[in-house]
Amino acid sequence: MSEFLNFHFDVDGDNFVSAGQASVQMKKNMRQLGLSPEIIRKVSIAMYEGEINMVIHAHGGAADVNVYEDRIEIILDDKGPGIKDIDLAMQEGYSTANDHVRALGFGAGMGLPNMKRYTDDTQIETVVGEGTKITMIVYLG
Amino acid sequence: MTAESLAAKHGFKVLAMPDPDRTVKGCYIGDLLSWVMGRARQDNAWITIMSNINIAAVAALSDVSLVILAEDVQPDENVLNTAKAKNVNIVCSPLPAYETAVRITSDV
Ligand SMILES: Nc1ncnc2c1ncn2[C@@H]1O[C@H](COP(=O)(O)OP(=O)(O)O)[C@@H](O)[C@H]1O
Ligand SMILES: [Mg+2]
Repeated sequence: MSEFLNFHFDVDGDNFVSAGQASVQMKKNMRQLGLSPEIIRKVSIAMYEGEINMVIHAHGGAADVNVYEDRIEIILDDKGPGIKDIDLAMQEGYSTANDHVRALGFGAGMGLPNMKRYTDDTQIETVVGEGTKITMIVYLG
Repeated sequence: MTAESLAAKHGFKVLAMPDPDRTVKGCYIGDLLSWVMGRARQDNAWITIMSNINIAAVAALSDVSLVILAEDVQPDENVLNTAKAKNVNIVCSPLPAYETAVRITSDV
């Protein structure tokens, strides 16, 4: 089954005020599609953590959400600094966020762990100096 | 209990109440946004002293039913407009987070 609905979002890099807009919009889209509250919650939280990471660590990027019959795929793509040590980055509490970002309540080092926790599959492709692409899958039903 | 009745019963100041009939069930206290996203449950009251614009998105995405700003914390500019647009209820409590939670415990 290859047919799917695509939702594309550009994520602005330096705007903390609008941070999360893509995830909030996607949540609305999923409601309109009649997806279950449980699925909507998982996808929007995982997407929000990825969106925030692109804003605070990678000067923005792009988010694509593909809704298939049996699954939802969330793809976050940025041209930021990349992640040097993925195992370290995946650890709860590990964060390179600066004080300004922390003062806003981000930078708890729980973003990647939350993304893993709320999705069925998380793949991270990253090249230092070039960027990061994260693909997450949530199965429906 | 509904968000509106809870606020009225405990004298919390209503800052935004776009969804007054929302049922409040359980409570989560915390200021680090990823912890809230990871641990708060749907329909919880979320007690926090964090006042910046991002609380509206976090509340909307984690499906909490009511944000209670403890310690009389005042939200930053634009938070309330954003909250209304995202259907997020926000009230303000003069008490610290723990005492606010203790107050509402038998109602949620
Ligand atoms: N898109 C990204 N680009 C570059 N680095 C990232 C990206 N996402 C995450 N990281 C790195 O991984 C670390 C852990 O991420 P995360 O668990 O979300 O915690 P936090 O965002 O709170 O720091 C970040 O501090 C950062 O160093
Ligand atoms: Mg993060």
